[in-house]
Amino acid sequence: MSIDKNYLFLLFGMALVTYLPRLMPALILSKRNIPEVLVKFLNYIPVSVLSALLVPSILVVDDKINISPSNTLLLTSILTFPLAYKIRNMFLTVIAGMIIIVILNRILF
Amino acid sequence: MTDCEKRHLIFGIKRAAPIVLGYVPVGFALGVLAANAGLTPLQTGMMSLLVYAGSAQFIAVSMLSAAASYPAIIATTFLVNLRHLLFSASLSPYFKEISRKLILFISFFITDESFAVSITDLRERNLSYTYLLGLYVTSYLSWVLSTVMGTAFGNLIPDTKALGFDFALPGMFMALLCMQIKDMKTAFAAVLAGALSVFFLYVLPGNWNVILASVITAMIGVLMEK
Repeated sequence: MSIDKNYLFLLFGMALVTYLPRLMPALILSKRNIPEVLVKFLNYIPVSVLSALLVPSILVVDDKINISPSNTLLLTSILTFPLAYKIRNMFLTVIAGMIIIVILNRILF
Repeated sequence: MTDCEKRHLIFGIKRAAPIVLGYVPVGFALGVLAANAGLTPLQTGMMSLLVYAGSAQFIAVSMLSAAASYPAIIATTFLVNLRHLLFSASLSPYFKEISRKLILFISFFITDESFAVSITDLRERNLSYTYLLGLYVTSYLSWVLSTVMGTAFGNLIPDTKALGFDFALPGMFMALLCMQIKDMKTAFAAVLAGALSVFFLYVLPGNWNVILASVITAMIGVLMEK
């Protein structure tokens, strides 16, 4: 098994353009006091990012919004949400949701 | 390593459990696609080792099967991974006590999932850098190994969907989202960001939805604080 030079060039390019955005803000901002307005902005980033990642991942199936019961990911999310909100435990939420989706897949299909 | 640092290391490894549950089936799926695109397990593994970015790797593999040019793949990877700027900036206040050298190492491992878990934990508890090492390196290894295994043995795996693994990452994001919703303002931000993300997914090609939805929502959040 060998890796040709061109493929290595591709990987180093991909690695560099991925690493720099991960590194630069942390490196530049971590050792200085950042302005109040930026602190407030960054405080809203986690809740925004989580919702921006979650909602399309459960709502959009094969490039289309699917809000019918055939979308078991969405149905499971709706059923698991009250539990997730109440127990605030990442691992138990994941396990409960996985059990619910297995049951739903068995019932619906 | 002090006792405290050891405890935080173990805590970090434990907190990686839901990420690993999510990464293993997704990594396998990527491996299968990579094998179909003609990549060897070594080539897939090298990509995971050096790049370590799930969605960008899926896109790269599909572009490779479509015989796209390498500069085009690199440019697309850059755009898809720009959202890490936000994660890195949000984590920066918690890197105050961490040396520059270690930041060079740790920031390599920032992904959607590792960011989401670590920012939630760091906001709630005072944790040492060993927590980050435990969480980040465990997640990383599970990704690298599962993509290599997927490329090598992809056709032997059972249907992970039937076992509920497709809910692992959405379930994790949901649990973390619930922990971030503390009042009406954060609840509003969650609804807005979710709606904007779906909107941008439809109107703008090129995976801009997460970064745009988050930046706009956070700006509106700043205005709400005033």
